[in-house]
Amino acid sequence: MARAVSFNRKTFNTVLAWSIGLLIFFPILWTILTSFKTEGQAIADPPLFLMFDWTLENYAIVQERSDYLRFLTNSVIIAGGSTLLGIFVAVPAAWSMAFVPSKRTKDILLWMLSTKMLPAVGVLYPIYLIFIELGLLDTKIGLVVVLMLINLPIIVWMLYTYFKEIPSEILEAARMDGASLRSEILYVLTPMAIPGIASTILLNFILAWNEAFWTLNLTAAQAAPLTAFIASYSSPEGLFYAKLSAASTMAIAPILILGWFSQKQLVRGLTFGAVK
Amino acid sequence: MIRKTSLGVAVALSLATSTVALAETITIATVNNGDMIRMQGYTDQFTKQTGINVEWVTLEENVLRQRVTTDITTKGGAFDIMTIGMYETPIWGANGWLVPLHKNVNFNTNNLSEAYDVDDILPAMRGGLSHKGTLYAAPFYGESSMIMYRTDLMQKAGLSMPEAPTWDFIAKAAAAMTDRSKDINGICLRGKAGWGEGGAFITAMSNSFGARWFDMDWNAQFDTKPWANTLNFFKTMMDASGPKGYATNGFNENLSLFQQGKCGMWIDATVAASFVTNPKDSTVADKVGFALAPDTGLGKRSNWLWAWALAIPAGTQKEKAALQFIEWATSKDYIELVAAKEGWANVPPGARTSLYENENYKKVPFAQMTLDSILSADPNNSTVEPSPYVGIQFAAIPEFAGIATQVSQEFAAAYAGQQSVEEALSKAQDITNEAMEAAGYR
Repeated sequence: MARAVSFNRKTFNTVLAWSIGLLIFFPILWTILTSFKTEGQAIADPPLFLMFDWTLENYAIVQERSDYLRFLTNSVIIAGGSTLLGIFVAVPAAWSMAFVPSKRTKDILLWMLSTKMLPAVGVLYPIYLIFIELGLLDTKIGLVVVLMLINLPIIVWMLYTYFKEIPSEILEAARMDGASLRSEILYVLTPMAIPGIASTILLNFILAWNEAFWTLNLTAAQAAPLTAFIASYSSPEGLFYAKLSAASTMAIAPILILGWFSQKQLVRGLTFGAVK
Repeated sequence: MIRKTSLGVAVALSLATSTVALAETITIATVNNGDMIRMQGYTDQFTKQTGINVEWVTLEENVLRQRVTTDITTKGGAFDIMTIGMYETPIWGANGWLVPLHKNVNFNTNNLSEAYDVDDILPAMRGGLSHKGTLYAAPFYGESSMIMYRTDLMQKAGLSMPEAPTWDFIAKAAAAMTDRSKDINGICLRGKAGWGEGGAFITAMSNSFGARWFDMDWNAQFDTKPWANTLNFFKTMMDASGPKGYATNGFNENLSLFQQGKCGMWIDATVAASFVTNPKDSTVADKVGFALAPDTGLGKRSNWLWAWALAIPAGTQKEKAALQFIEWATSKDYIELVAAKEGWANVPPGARTSLYENENYKKVPFAQMTLDSILSADPNNSTVEPSPYVGIQFAAIPEFAGIATQVSQEFAAAYAGQQSVEEALSKAQDITNEAMEAAGYR
């Protein structure tokens, strides 16, 4: 009887998990399907799910109109650069907060997070003017720095949480064995926190990849990433949903593939320390 | 031998350097619509003629507006040419943010050339893109609004569309064409919040009902009878004959409904005519008629005027190259080029008088009605009672976009039944007066 209940519950949970998963994935699936329709089919009522004349025309038009590879390269450099730079700055910061906390550590952590509550548009003009002064407008390096700063609170918070799970006695033992601060962080702390660091990198890469406010406002022709590529296919006067869907599919494909292959690390990192 | 090789390398390098130095590149910020995208496809021809390379930054209309506004107010210099509309041009021109293109005695060297024939630009467009007689942006294409209607449904309803109908006729025809069992709505109009969406439509409509945004002392006028008449008429007609959820419908939603045969009439931008008559996307392409936007007999119709135009931000280092591009893109030759390659129905409309004198263009079914609509719109005299602002579906003051967005949100809430028309108008009155007071107009 107990086994039957367990089986029923397992089945229920599985069905529920799949249903929620499919519900969350449906908008992406719909975007992908729409990208293979004509503009007429894209707005058909009732909507066409699978029974339509599949076409690659939209991809051909998008490819002809836009230099996809240039946008993609910019996205990889900006998202990758800002994430790595963020990790480089955040690991020592999180280490000090986790293992050498002061009276104000918790306040600092909260203050850092509170900066995320400020509407980005509120600081658009100051940052724009600074970028003009420094010649950083429409440069990848400028965006790497800005996105690093935007995501830094999240990176520090995540790493801090992971580091807190590591017993400080291990680090003390390393110190007693004569390890320098650099060696302690590099050879003792980092290997133990690899799953946490990996998931932080992945999550922040995704956040930087999807960031659309700064990447649209601080770029023109040279440093524009895939967010600008998508924005160029949206129009309030004209039905270009199929082309927009093709552009969106091309923009999210790399991150979907990356997420698929790294889901194990992502889940492991997000649940790191949860079962201790 | 070594000397010869060195000399050869030096010559090759200097030639390469000079080529790089000559190849100037301009950056253009533009909006994503059919005509602009088509122009991008012909950019190679311009580069071939002039040696100037062009880099495009194409953005969605609202993103573009925010992007170019940030850049021009901070003198960022990210763009050499900006695509802007009739709302921004006179304001930015007055602020000295744009390079004057014509009629400026202090600016002789880079003015538009004689061959460009600036007098050929339609007067309404030229007026809307000028400040104190100086042209600050060259129109790439222009539009007004008009009625697009289903000829078969009109006939079935036993009615005949006049060339210049009244709102009473439109309401009557909408009721007669509505067939809920077949999912046919007599009329589809914009209700969506946003100053360029439902806000633009209701403002243009209110002109024909004798309403205005401000009196001559910049006092809001939403507490007047003409505004109550406008909103009550709109809501009553749309509740009876409009599509479900019209409060959230904008241009694209109505275009989609019309193309699928679910609207008897649609009053919107003249540029939509080419979409609804295109058999590739529209199921009713061969059943569409056109008429002037309606009025109420007070002397003003409810059509608007808009142009997407190319302007040069003051301070760009590539003023001359930018002007060369504008001359090319908004010239008669460009129109001929598009006509030769893609047919007369696809040329950018609404900018030049000569286009409407062209015998080939006269054969395009919506050409004459587009011209008539544009000619009947006067941004300098848009209201029945005198008003202190320029503009038909907007008031060309910097504060308008923010105020009108809020006001249109209140109106949309009334359309959706979340509040009464009276409440919406009362809130609109307060919002507008407070904003105008804060801005120092009152």
